[in-house]
Amino acid sequence: MIGWTVNVSLGKKTNSYTTAKGYVGLKNFRGLFQDPEFMHAFTNLLKFTGVFMIGTLISGLIMALLLEKGIKGEGFFRSIYLYPMAISFIAMGTSWRWLMDSTKGDKATGLNKIFHFAHLDFLQSNWYSSERGAMFAMAMPAIWQMSGYIMALFLAGFRGIPDDLREAARVDGASEYKIYRHILFPQLSPTFLTVLIILGHISMKVFDLIYGIASKSYVTKVLAIYMWQVIFDYQNFAKGASIAIIILLLIAVVVVPYLIYVVKTEEQK
Amino acid sequence: MSQDIVDRVASKDISRNKRSLSGTEQFWLTFKYIALCFLTLVAIAPIYIMVVNSFKGITGVSQSAAWAFPLHPNFAAWGPVWENLRGSIGRTLFFVVQSSIISAIVGSINGYVFSKWKFRGSNVIFTTFLFGMFIPYQAIMIPLTQFNHWTHLTGSIYVLVFAHVIYGIPICTLIFRNYYAAIPNEIIEAGRVDGASMVRIFRTIILPLSIPCFVVVLIWQFTSAWNDFLFAIFLTGGSPKLSVATTALNFITGSGNQVYYGNNMTASLIVSIPTLIVYVFLGRYFLRGLLSGSLKG
Repeated sequence: MIGWTVNVSLGKKTNSYTTAKGYVGLKNFRGLFQDPEFMHAFTNLLKFTGVFMIGTLISGLIMALLLEKGIKGEGFFRSIYLYPMAISFIAMGTSWRWLMDSTKGDKATGLNKIFHFAHLDFLQSNWYSSERGAMFAMAMPAIWQMSGYIMALFLAGFRGIPDDLREAARVDGASEYKIYRHILFPQLSPTFLTVLIILGHISMKVFDLIYGIASKSYVTKVLAIYMWQVIFDYQNFAKGASIAIIILLLIAVVVVPYLIYVVKTEEQK
Repeated sequence: MSQDIVDRVASKDISRNKRSLSGTEQFWLTFKYIALCFLTLVAIAPIYIMVVNSFKGITGVSQSAAWAFPLHPNFAAWGPVWENLRGSIGRTLFFVVQSSIISAIVGSINGYVFSKWKFRGSNVIFTTFLFGMFIPYQAIMIPLTQFNHWTHLTGSIYVLVFAHVIYGIPICTLIFRNYYAAIPNEIIEAGRVDGASMVRIFRTIILPLSIPCFVVVLIWQFTSAWNDFLFAIFLTGGSPKLSVATTALNFITGSGNQVYYGNNMTASLIVSIPTLIVYVFLGRYFLRGLLSGSLKG
């Protein structure tokens, strides 16, 4: 019963300003799509999401594959890969800002310094201060933070598959590659789905990470940052709320069907 | 899903590696270790930077030498930074503890109802709850400030307690519900036959069984509330009287002042220490929270 009350309160709150905004209809939203800065933030967000999702998926999967069969020291590696999840991005931003410092050559710092040292100067980059690569650079710390989480999800997935399946395939003479390709990965499709949903919704609302590293810099602006700016610096609440609603919609479009699917399948069990 | 999710991650008997390996297998094993170690280096690099530079004093950090180990390790930067952050950290602890405890209690009650006292439409409501986990902070920010204004919460640390309790309820409910789902219904039935009420069953049977789950939820809430920045900066309006760990830290490091690198790094480290301690000592529970927040099993 308490749950119900709380739920209603939650619902009301998410909607209360939609009604208040009813006065101007959809004008705010139309305005947004004509606002170049909004579109810039939106494109940035899409770029970021693409790189972040693919990158995290791959690196998380690699970590899981490396550990999946059980290896000495697994617990240690697992904890190391997962710890970034426990730290605030405002704190890690300090380190990353330095790591991705754009100075090059002899005076280079951070990652550029390592590349210089290893005679890989061509890898030196402007990171997030360049117009073109900014969002790609920004995805790096995000990938760094989330990979461990994705690894844990995949590990759970791999280990939910009975060993017999693998053994049977091996007896039938399937190569390791084929076992993964035809037996294990198909079994993991629910895990893949979960991972994509989680990464997607985290990416849509990304804020701390980018704010912590680059503050309100134009090149790395995403929707959440722009909303922040609109509300605090321009004091335009209606516009800010519209951006928030767009973020919410972006997430809802993907998440709602997923949740309904999850609850339905659970019921059938 | 019979096997517990965390055990599944943590369990794999390594015994099969004990048999002697063929040449190719040996090669792959070595390759694996090299890859694992490389990833480890990548993973620890940022925290390494923080730790190393926090021992170099406030200004003793030249940017290009920051990879290097401190030549004269000292705590010079720690004292002043701690002075600076002390108030905010205390305040953070104050609100984080309260909000975690409240949301854990509410979550356990909700989870109990959703798993053992299903009513018409409870599944729909539960789905709505789950969606609550995915609602971006941004979407409730503005109404929340207005609400705080009406209730005269604005200007006190309780805005954050309130926000985190509300926001924590969905995930706490989910974790508790999944946990309670594993408790056999027979126990509840037996209690009912003995004439115990819903509340009584909760108090005398369910609660004593939920200690491990409380640990999971408390840790989860503690970590996420501690690390939260968006609510903190938004709801306190950046007022220094209400600064919490993350906002205070952002105030220190966000000025873009690169001279005080040691200072910045130390501050970041200090703010990260509490959650790191929790992670190191209670990592298993942390992992459980992380996984049960995503896999509905």
